[in-house]
Order: sequence, then structure tokens, then C-alpha cells
Amino acid sequence: MLKNTPKVKLRGLFKIFGADDKSVLPHVQNGMSKEELLEKHKHVLGLQSIDVDMQAGEITVVMGLSGSGKSTLIRHLNRLIEPTAGEIVVDGEDVTQLSQADLRTLRQEKMSMVFQKFALLPHRTVQQNAAMSLDVRGMDKETQDTEARKWLERVGLGGYEDHYPSQLSGGMQQRVGIARALTANTDIMLMDEAFSALDPLIRTDMQDLLLELQLELKKTIIFITHDLDEALKLADHLVILKDGAVVQQGEPQGILLNPADPYIEDFVSDINRARVLRIRSITNPLKSKKFSGDVDADDNLESLIALSEGDTALTYRVMSDGEPIGELNMRDLVKALVPRISSTQAA
Amino acid sequence: MKHGCGPFFFGGTQMATYDWFFNALGLRDWCDAGTSEAPMSMADLLAETGNAVEEPFYAIPFPSLDALNEACGQITQTRDVVKGLEEGFLAIRPALRAILDPITQPLSWMLDGTLYLFTQAPWFLIMAMLLLVTWYATRSVSVMLFNAFCLSFFAFVDHFEPAMETLAVILVCTVISAIFGIPIGIAMSKSNRLQRMVIPVLDLLQTLPTFVYLIPLIFLFPIGESRLYGIAITLYAIVPIIRLTDLGIRLVDQDVIEAGNAFGMNARQKLSKVELPLALPNIMAGLNQTIMMSLAMVVIASMVTAPGLGVLVLRGIRNLELGVGLMAGICIVLLAVMLDRTSKAALSRIDRAKSKTS
Ligand SMILES: Nc1ncnc2c1ncn2[C@@H]1O[C@H](COP(=O)(O)OP(=O)(O)OP(=O)(O)O)[C@@H](O)[C@H]1O
Ligand SMILES: [Mg+2]
Repeated sequence: MLKNTPKVKLRGLFKIFGADDKSVLPHVQNGMSKEELLEKHKHVLGLQSIDVDMQAGEITVVMGLSGSGKSTLIRHLNRLIEPTAGEIVVDGEDVTQLSQADLRTLRQEKMSMVFQKFALLPHRTVQQNAAMSLDVRGMDKETQDTEARKWLERVGLGGYEDHYPSQLSGGMQQRVGIARALTANTDIMLMDEAFSALDPLIRTDMQDLLLELQLELKKTIIFITHDLDEALKLADHLVILKDGAVVQQGEPQGILLNPADPYIEDFVSDINRARVLRIRSITNPLKSKKFSGDVDADDNLESLIALSEGDTALTYRVMSDGEPIGELNMRDLVKALVPRISSTQAA
Repeated sequence: MKHGCGPFFFGGTQMATYDWFFNALGLRDWCDAGTSEAPMSMADLLAETGNAVEEPFYAIPFPSLDALNEACGQITQTRDVVKGLEEGFLAIRPALRAILDPITQPLSWMLDGTLYLFTQAPWFLIMAMLLLVTWYATRSVSVMLFNAFCLSFFAFVDHFEPAMETLAVILVCTVISAIFGIPIGIAMSKSNRLQRMVIPVLDLLQTLPTFVYLIPLIFLFPIGESRLYGIAITLYAIVPIIRLTDLGIRLVDQDVIEAGNAFGMNARQKLSKVELPLALPNIMAGLNQTIMMSLAMVVIASMVTAPGLGVLVLRGIRNLELGVGLMAGICIVLLAVMLDRTSKAALSRIDRAKSKTS
């Protein structure tokens, strides 16, 4: 895929909360820590030197512990929070330079948002909520109704148009939230912990719904979560935040196999690697002539272990779209299953 | 008045208590220059006629204006200050009236017009109209039956007209309070500075005994004009609606406001589509209190010619006509319950609509 024109580009983004953020910025740029800044200057460090590219049609997942600055980051994209320094480039246009009126247009037409606590209008019906963005834009009632109906149907809420949000369960309310974002018909969707308030089963449903919609709609989605399983399930590009800084970003499988620092190793240490890792990620170039069989590159390791019945002597040919792309020795597979211990811990 | 006479005597000359103060400051000459013009106080007169009672040494007067005047003629006496206040007020009165007269004129018209309507229209029309409004606002049969009972009771004991006068005044003052109070509340919720400035004024209006601001009003507006009591009632009753509009908007869920921002609402859209609807229960609670405070004040304002049941209460007090006062009191209680139940029922209907569970 051609990756040279990202849809959203963050460059040197800094955010410091406090009355006099511009004047303490140099301290942060010279490497002052979050604790020191708070102690000496009574300012809270929100984000520091963020450089992230978000590709069109991909899901970029931003992950980090509570307080790491995820919400702060996503709110910069539509400037619900003003940056202290840096550029936010959307479709080649620097959002930080927009006038208030242009900013409103951007929010109406380019970005929609889904919230952790749904944030629906309690006095409006489900249908009116879904049509909110069109109402704001001053579209006629008929367009509002047909569009809202269409997307409510699409997220599985057909028949609930005239209910009020308080009459729906959490999962259904968040479907309204998603329908509202989809009705806006924007290229970019911002989702701040959109599924965190839902219980696990509903949550899986919603993730599947999102992936299914994405297959068809190809939106640029920025998804915030503090849950690694969710991140790995959804992410095309994974960004890991800590104390307002990016500690590692890239393809999720790559991060899993090569965590950049102990913080991330901690994160990835207790997930089921066999289920999450794909064969493609650990495929080696073709060398052998004889194979025990063909496997698909997008299968996970678990399925291959089952296929081999645990025999580590075997080597498989890896196929993608019917073409051989490499081979995989079962011994390499077993190595990949062992979480990497960081050098600091080993020492 | 007797403390004007000092207990200290120096070389046979009677001295005022605070002479030493002006002497110490070297102001004696300046003081004496003014002495001759100062009018005599009652104490001086008493002292001169030799009737002054010898006072114990601890009866030192507080250094009030009068006592200081005793020692130094240049200091004004309290009565002159009071007079000055009055003159000052009278001096700015024409200017104030020139501004306030045209602004407040519509209030008189509204009050007079509504009073005319409520007293001249046939009773059955008024009753029908009020019950219709009740039904529209509350959709509650029980409230409507109660209101029908109260209205019939007023008519039955021949108090329908004063009750309707009171109701008319409350109605106008509540509407005025809402027209001014809600925008002020909205502005306060948007600006912390404005809020800091307005809240002390609201506190003042609410804590001042109502008589106190009747006084300047009496001088500003000719007695007998209805806006006199209209303003007095509105000043008192507007406080809760301002407070609760401000509070209600500030309490609106920040997440929902953020959603409004994220979808590109402008300030006006946010106000009309998010903030006001979500603050409505609080605003209605404010309206309910405004109505109840109007009722309390319209009774007091009968002292400055507000018509209605208050006049009968006043008559009861003045002429010791116990029965008249009691009957008017009963009607006021019924009116109060009626207004309270109706506005509360309207409020709960809004709350229900907000979280429909049909
Ligand atoms: N308005 C603000 N004023 C001051 N500090 C703030 C403000 N908003 C956020 N912060 C601080 O910025 C840091 C990042 O907050 P943020 O809400 O972005 O975290 P988060 O990663 O979204 O956490 P969570 O998972 O709890 O939502 C925190 O230390 C927080 O205290
Ligand atoms: Mg957050």
C-alpha cells in the first residue's frame, strides 16, 4: 500500500495544561519530566513531541494506561483541545491555523466522534440523535430522516427510532452513538474508548460490528483503548502512549514480537500470543524444497500448532492469495511464543 | 441626647468630651471658626437652661457626628447628613425618572391591561381559561380538579375579584421575571466575571427586608401607578429564576456539550439544542419559586397600592377586622397551593418527558 500521504499527520505536538503553557514549553522540550514540571511549575504535561501518521482507510489504535494522554491526543485532532505547540495536518491542511468558522466546518464535514459515555441528547429520540450532525448542518428534515433511518438500520437498531436513549441498554446506546457518527458521513471517525463502558460480550459484538462496517466503508478511524486485546483486534497501526509520549508505534504484530521497552513488554506479557500472532509476522524466506503442508499467512499460530499436533520438526510453506510467500519452521514458531525478556530485567 | 453634655470642666468653662482630640491635632482655630454658625443641639439648650443632669464619668459618648459637632463646629450633625441624603436623592430624581419612566411605562400598561382583563371578563370565561391553561401545562386531572375547587371557592365566598387581581399581578411579574431573568442567568453561566458581579446583587435583593427597597421606589414613581408595586415584586421574585438558570446551565453534562462541539455546533445551536433543554428542569424549578415569591410580595406590596387579597389583609390589620383578614388569608393559602401544585406538576411533566419510560 502506498503510504506517503497520510490522512492525518501529527508533527511535534505538545500539550501542557496550565495558565502559562507557552512559557514552560522550553523546559519540556529540554526533557523535564511530568513530575518535575508539576512540582516546579504547577503545569500538567499532557502530550510531548508526538509524531504520528494516520493512513486513510486504516484503524489507528492509540493505547496506554489511564492518564497517559489518550483522550488529550484524540481531542487535538478536532481541536476540542488547543495544542501548546506543533502541527495537526488533516488532508494537507493545518488544523491549528483554522478560524473558528472553518473549524466548525471541519468538525461537521470531516470528523465525527463516538464517546465513552455515549453523550446522547436525552430529550431527543434515537432517530433525532442519529440525525444530529445533519441537523447542525441545517439539512432538510427529509434527508435527516432517511439518512438517520438508514444508519440506524445498519447498526442493528431498526425499529427503535422513536425510543429515547434512556430506554435503551448501554450497548444499544453506543450503537446510536455510532449511527450518529456514521450519519455525519465523514471520512474520519474518532472513537474515545467507545466500547470501554460495555460488558465483555457486548463489547466483542461491537468490535465485530465496527470491523464489518470498516470492511465496507473504509473510514479513517482513530480508536482509543486501554485494552490490549481490543487494540490488537482492531489495529492496523498501533500507537502506544506513556506519560504523554509515544513509546512505540507500528504494525501491532511487530510491536508484539519486538517490544521497544519494558513498559510495552509488561503490556504484552500476559496476552495469548498464539492466538494473536499471525503466521505472516514470523514467516522466513523460502529455502527448503520439501514441506509438511501449506498454511495461510493470515492464520494465527494457534491453528498451526493444532495442525502440526505439536511436532516441532515440521516446516510449512506459507501461502498468501494462493502464492507461496515463505516458509515457517515450527521451532521458530515456538520461539515467537516466548515473550521477550528485556535486557534490563535479564541483567 | 443627654450625652452631648461633657462631664469635664476646665477652669470653669464647660468642655465637650472630644475637645482634646481637636486640640491635640491643632485644629482648634479651624473648629471655632465654624462654631457660631452651628445650630444648637438639644443638649446645648438643656445645658444653657441649667437643667443638665450631672452624669457619671463613664457616660462617655461614642464619637458620633453629634458628639464631635459638640467639640468642633466644623463637623456636621447627623440630622444634616440625613437631610443631605434626602436632598441628594431628590436632586438625582429627575434624571433617574427621565431614564426610568419610559423604560418602565410598559410595565404599568401590562399590569393595568391584565388587571382589566381579569376583573372585567365574566367569571366563567376566566375560570375556563385558567383551567385550560392548567390542563395544557400539567395534563393532570387531579391538579385540574383542585384548581377548579379553589376557583369556585373564591367565587363562592365573594373573593373572586381580589383573588383574580392578585393572580393577574403575579402573572405579569412572573412573565417579566422570566423575560429578564432567563437571559441574565444564561449570560451569568457563560461568564464567571459576570456571575461574580451579579451574585452579590442577588444576595442583596433576597436578604433585604422588602420594605427597604420600597422607600426609594416610592420616591421614584408616583404612588398609585401600578409599576411601583410591579417593580418591587419583580425585583424580589426575579432572583430564583436567575440563580437556577445559571446553575442549570452550568450543571449540564459536559460530555453532551463536548458532543455538541465535536459535531460543530455554534454557540447558538449549543444553547438552544443542548444547554437550555437539559437545564429546563432547573429553570422550571426557578420559575416555580419566582411564582411563589411574587405571591408573597404582592401581599406586602398592597401597602403601596397593589390590588388584590393583600388589601383585605391590610384592612384586617388596620381596622382589627379579624374575619376579613382571616378570610383573605385562607384565600391566599389556597392560591399559593394552587400555584405551587400547578407549576410543580408542569415541572414533573417535563422531567417525565426527558426520561420517557412509556
Ligand atoms: N483540563 C485539564 N487540565 C489539567 N490537566 C489535565 C486536563 N485534562 C487532562 N489532564 C491531565 O492530562 C493527563 C492525560 O489525561 P487524559 O484524559 O488524556 O488521559 P487518558 O489517557 O485519556 O486517561 P483515561 O484512560 O483515564 O481516560 C492526565 O495526567 C490528566 O490529569
Ligand atoms: Mg480518556
